[in-house]
Amino acid sequence: MADLRELYQDTILDHNKRPRNFREIADASATAVGHNPLCGDRVTVYLRLDDGTIEDISFVGQGCAISKASASLMTDAVKGKSKADAHRLFERFHKMVTARPGDPVDASLGKLAVLSGVCEFPVRVKCASLAWHTLEAALERKQETVSLE
Amino acid sequence: MAKPAKVMLNVPAIKADFPILQRTIRDKRLVYLDSAATSQKPKQVIDATSDFYSRYNANVHRAIYELGEESTREYEGAREKIAAFIQAKSPTEIAFTKSTTESLNLVAYGYGLKGKIQKGDEIVGTVMEHHSNHVPWHFVKDHKGAVLKYVDVKDDGTLRMEQYDDLLTDRTKIVTVSLCSNVLGTINPVKEIAKRAHEVGAICVVDAAQAAPHMPIDVQDLDADFLAFSGHKMLGPTGIGVLYGKQELFEATEPLLGGGEMIREVHLGSAKWNDVPYKFEGGTPNIAGAIGLGVAVDYLTKIGMEAVRGHEMEITEYALEKLARLKGVQTYGPKDVKKRAGVVSFTIDGAHPHDIASILDVEGICVRSGHHCAQPLMERFNLPATARASFYIYNDMDDADALVAGIKKVQEVFA
Ligand SMILES: Cc1ncc(COP(=O)(O)O)c(C=O)c1O
Repeated sequence: MADLRELYQDTILDHNKRPRNFREIADASATAVGHNPLCGDRVTVYLRLDDGTIEDISFVGQGCAISKASASLMTDAVKGKSKADAHRLFERFHKMVTARPGDPVDASLGKLAVLSGVCEFPVRVKCASLAWHTLEAALERKQETVSLE
Repeated sequence: MAKPAKVMLNVPAIKADFPILQRTIRDKRLVYLDSAATSQKPKQVIDATSDFYSRYNANVHRAIYELGEESTREYEGAREKIAAFIQAKSPTEIAFTKSTTESLNLVAYGYGLKGKIQKGDEIVGTVMEHHSNHVPWHFVKDHKGAVLKYVDVKDDGTLRMEQYDDLLTDRTKIVTVSLCSNVLGTINPVKEIAKRAHEVGAICVVDAAQAAPHMPIDVQDLDADFLAFSGHKMLGPTGIGVLYGKQELFEATEPLLGGGEMIREVHLGSAKWNDVPYKFEGGTPNIAGAIGLGVAVDYLTKIGMEAVRGHEMEITEYALEKLARLKGVQTYGPKDVKKRAGVVSFTIDGAHPHDIASILDVEGICVRSGHHCAQPLMERFNLPATARASFYIYNDMDDADALVAGIKKVQEVFA
């Protein structure tokens, strides 16, 4: 049975209340805006890239606890990583939040595993992946707003 | 209980008619508080639609045989019931559509875009409309050069009526307004709005999607020119809606769909249309849906729309009182239940509406979260989203209590 505490773990609540890297980057080399029209969530991701490595990353925006915590955890997780590694991490993350409830969680996801409870709430998958889709757009330097319909 | 029980409906008896309300959600009793999105259906309605398919399925108006006569009789019988339900003068003033959305598009297209509206003519709407009463009028603006104006909403959730007077000019051709807001619950003074529209020679289009299920509607008293609503919000099936139009305005409205059913004669390159309302019902209609809606109207009429309204006022007052006592919880719309329906939008400090809905879901409580297809209104109140609970005949004080307990749980999680 889906448990409230599985979805809203303390780490998530903490990142929701005190999001990490929640700021703009003035000299960002790439930015992208993500929008989830279903709930009105909006996130902007800022990147400073150096030779294919994410030197710095931040975000601003408004959203539900899941999307905000996910964005915050994401920024911590991909900082210092190469573009390719960030992309692979997103793939593994996406697999986790769309897994069947009860499936084993990929240990290499580290802290991101606190969002594994999302798979019990399919309507919240978009909230958890909004920041990641936005990061991908920023990495590909797409200018348009990412919209999760 | 805060109020005398005598005005309350017999909820356990009503609940017994709704098969879905017997089920559990995540091992909890289902507390359905999203009837403003779509209502649940009593077994009488479910049986009526399946009865059509199992006993007398045939196309309407065309079959010579007995089955077709039966289906046509039931389909037209539903039209008569709906006409009586809203005090239309004749069933010919009732057209079946698929929804409120289609009904409003039909008016905007057939009366506005294809009809009377000229460049510079003015259409007055309101800031609180559902997207389905905004976007069709955008089409009229874009294609005919009509000018759109909007009556603002005051902080208390009511329309700025003094501004409405200023917006009306001799170029105003259409005034369009919801009888009841799907976000604020506000019941708008449509009778007064229509009267003033008529004084400048405009017609009044009414979105009754949130009103028809919940309160008595008398189109004669309102003097509405067109009035739209959906079956699925009033115990009926999905995919069936209604457009009421005064006979002479129906005559002056062009059809949205060309095809079978809506014609009298067709030649290569031209056609003569059928009489109203059939000219609006191109193609095989949603026969089972119309019959089901007729039975839903029977169900509501048996309870009595005054009683439905009274029941919902009691729960709404009770819920608003309870919510007002919770610190950090805001509700929107008029505080006086005489001015509002049982739609209660709320926010909780520190908790996003999406999280509110998820946490309530775990408790078996269904509420909506988001912009409720009313983005201009949300912008007016500077809200990205709200949570919304809405009440109907199968809800009672226990459901309101469950909502309050659920909200406390949300506050615990986000403490
Ligand atoms: C006030 C109002 N108008 C129009 C609609 C559209 O109804 P439908 O989706 O059935 O066409 C709704 C439904 O949410 C509504 O609440």
